[in-house]
Amino acid sequence: MNTCPECESSVTVPTDAVEGEIVACNSCSAELELLALDPVDLALAPELAEDWGE
Amino acid sequence: MIALLASRVRVEEKLLLQSYSDAGMQPVRLDPRRLWADLSGSRLDEALRGVTVVHDRSIAFGTTAHLLEVLESRGIRCVNTSAVVRTCGDKIATSVALQRAGVPQPETRLAFSTEEALRLLDEDLGYPAVIKPAVGSWGRLVARLNDRHAAEAVLEDREQLGGWTHRSLYLQRLVDKPGRDVRVFVVGEQPVAAIFRHSEHWITNTARGATTSACPVDGIFGALAMDAARAVGGGLLAVDIVEDPQLGPLVLEVNHGMEFRNSIEPTGVDIPGAMVSHVLAAHAAWAQSSSACSGATS
Repeated sequence: MNTCPECESSVTVPTDAVEGEIVACNSCSAELELLALDPVDLALAPELAEDWGE
Repeated sequence: MIALLASRVRVEEKLLLQSYSDAGMQPVRLDPRRLWADLSGSRLDEALRGVTVVHDRSIAFGTTAHLLEVLESRGIRCVNTSAVVRTCGDKIATSVALQRAGVPQPETRLAFSTEEALRLLDEDLGYPAVIKPAVGSWGRLVARLNDRHAAEAVLEDREQLGGWTHRSLYLQRLVDKPGRDVRVFVVGEQPVAAIFRHSEHWITNTARGATTSACPVDGIFGALAMDAARAVGGGLLAVDIVEDPQLGPLVLEVNHGMEFRNSIEPTGVDIPGAMVSHVLAAHAAWAQSSSACSGATS
């Protein structure tokens, strides 16, 4: 089971997910970064930085 | 070998990866947060071994500009180039490039102190005006200055924010646009698609809730977008254009890391496919020049 590092609830990772993708925790709404797929490794996604954008 | 440089994989990056797969390519994904380089020597992170072309999709301007510059110095071709990223990621640099190339843009002023910014607004630019951070995107910290009182408040906020980028004050006359602006997607020497972005709000970023519809890409918008793209160095770019009732179309900004997920359906254009074709052409050109060089030395 994949666990949210924020609230420890179960997190579903989509089957077509790729490393670097952001998934949301349905329980606490935290944005989680998918660090690795095998095995799944989730971490809190970085906060929006000032120089991020298009 | 092609590498897709991305710290965050969004819908756009997944669409690009699918387009690469459709073209029979499997780019490696590079996360700038996990890379390093030896600036006094020639060593690079092991993950870069064999990489000849980097397709930049990183969302962090500062990191990307530095990294691409190093990669280019080691002979790796970057799309977009570090020079293009530096120009497009800084609105002041963009305005300088547009002005130098004679590309029309809204009336724009630059000041380096609150006092001088207020003088420009009072005596030269007038109200309403807009202040934008030199570095930033998605409409963040873009503020409308309806009068002197608003200007004083926002400029004081900018002072309190700190950070050197907020000491360069980028001011524009507010364009009374017709409830929309235009985004043109440029791939190399072609404007491949364009959308109108509609909003009741004066900010028409899709990140701020604007809706999209198809816009003709030929004609004035496509031609102006190409002028702007060439002015900043060319590549994979999204040119934002605003229609001034008196002056006609003006270039607002040029984006080097464009988002396109909401533009495929209304335009019917395979934007990621076009972008990937452009990078594959760069890769083929690299292979050809590399082969010619090795042939010349053998």
